[in-house]
Amino acid sequence: MIEINGLVKKFGPFTAVDGISFSVARGEVLGFLGPNGAGKSTTMKMVTGFLAPTAGHISVCGHEVGPDTLAAQRMIGYLPEGAPAYADMTPLQFLRFIADIRGLKGSAATAAIARAVDRTEIAGVMEQPIETLSKGFRRRVGLAQSILHDPPVLIMDEPTDGLDPNQKFAVRKLIAEMAPTKAIIISTHILEEVDAICSRALIIDRGRIVADGTPAALTARSRYHNAVTLTLDAGDADAARDALSAVEGVVSMEEDARGADHSFTLFATSADEADTSLVDRVGNLAREKSWNVRTLYGEPGRLDEVFRSLTRPDTEKAQGDAA
Amino acid sequence: MRETLAIFKRELAGYFATPLAFVFMIIFLFCVGGFTFYLGGHFEAGQANLKGFFQFHPWLYLFLIPAIAMRLWAEERRVGTIELLLSLPIPLWSAVLGKFLAAWVFAGISLSLTFPMWLTVAYLGDPDHGVILAGYVGSFFMAGGYLAIGSCISATTRNQVIAFVVSVVVCFLFTVSGLPIVTDFVSVWAPQAVLTTIASFSFLTHFEAIVEGVIDLRDIIYFVTLIGVWLVACGIVVDMKKAG
Repeated sequence: MIEINGLVKKFGPFTAVDGISFSVARGEVLGFLGPNGAGKSTTMKMVTGFLAPTAGHISVCGHEVGPDTLAAQRMIGYLPEGAPAYADMTPLQFLRFIADIRGLKGSAATAAIARAVDRTEIAGVMEQPIETLSKGFRRRVGLAQSILHDPPVLIMDEPTDGLDPNQKFAVRKLIAEMAPTKAIIISTHILEEVDAICSRALIIDRGRIVADGTPAALTARSRYHNAVTLTLDAGDADAARDALSAVEGVVSMEEDARGADHSFTLFATSADEADTSLVDRVGNLAREKSWNVRTLYGEPGRLDEVFRSLTRPDTEKAQGDAA
Repeated sequence: MRETLAIFKRELAGYFATPLAFVFMIIFLFCVGGFTFYLGGHFEAGQANLKGFFQFHPWLYLFLIPAIAMRLWAEERRVGTIELLLSLPIPLWSAVLGKFLAAWVFAGISLSLTFPMWLTVAYLGDPDHGVILAGYVGSFFMAGGYLAIGSCISATTRNQVIAFVVSVVVCFLFTVSGLPIVTDFVSVWAPQAVLTTIASFSFLTHFEAIVEGVIDLRDIIYFVTLIGVWLVACGIVVDMKKAG
């Protein structure tokens, strides 16, 4: 439903988005990951027709953004970063205004507003000026605005940024509920969120896509994939070190001491090979030696590690740009 | 058209959602009254007309209209709602026009609240109502001119104070371009044709003719064109500054 081809955006000499192509189908929740300034928001602004691309094509439900921007915009519900809204209006006035602009009239508008209000659970604050609302409610008013016309395409820029864990949970639940019937793009830099709601993730760095896959596939790119982590009582650490390095199939080992706990992470010969027997071997060894085992598990991989290995932090980038 | 109307309604309601509208109207009415009676010598003139009333409108508008116009776009950009507004399925011109019309109607409401002046003159004497009506029409169009300038300048910044100050300066230049303060400066080096052109941009020149009761089509065309040109400029500025 969303097709993006060779998208480029330059601001003067600075290239914010550098040849991005991807597509999103109905039922997919695509997570945009990337450091701040990687080009996530800029890409979203171009898809929603707010910014004009320097080059490339965007098509939303068959409508090309550029020659047919208005038709594309009708298909899109957009939550800009920070969920901006007219502060002097009440949510009711605000949603009426959006309904008005979107061409919903009379009972259709009332029904659409009621549905959006119900889904985002803002019924209790409909008569308060938006400027007096808490951050969580403001975000939900923004969400209500974006889903008001029940769009087939939803684009949300950091929908859970700055919310407390309960609010985050509620927003994720809402997105998951809507996912089957819509094509959804969300941007985030909260990695757990990708696991929680996205069916696919794109990692973007300096305007380019550096990784594209399901959260599980991305996680599997971690060097921790299929590694085994054993946490012991610190007293057993010295005895365990030699015994563990001698376990069959272990090529290297990392240690991490935390208070009374000491963890060993063992890397098997090949991270790609699903070697579940390593966990068993380590487990047997621990039982044999009667160590005080706190936890033992095979790692699926660490997404934050993948993220860090694929992207550069902001400071480095600034130096790189200056050079 | 529907979108323009929706934006128009929202903007106009926005003026009245805060005390801004009432503060503005009260100050406007006080100033109009004060200027007319104390500076304009309304009573001393002993004439049943509103010349003393209208002659101060350009100078009042110079400060008060930029105050209405300054928030039009600067506020949207500061708060970030411009991203919301311009990603809704509306053509850019409808947003520009809707906002301008809301401000213009607001100015019109303020202007119409000066009707007791007209009643007073009508009660005390036998004024030429046509001339007074012409004055109101001219004043309304002039307010539109100032507003169009103000809305364009509001689009260039996210700071309302800057928008206000720059608008006042630009409006001032347009107001006085027919007066010696500008013409003396230009006449030294420019040919007569340039001088006439610059002078013809003056709000005062066009407004004074209307206040005299002469609604010349050219004066109306002048204000309408001026509004149109500045609104087009406003649209271009909004479009260009989106990235910033």
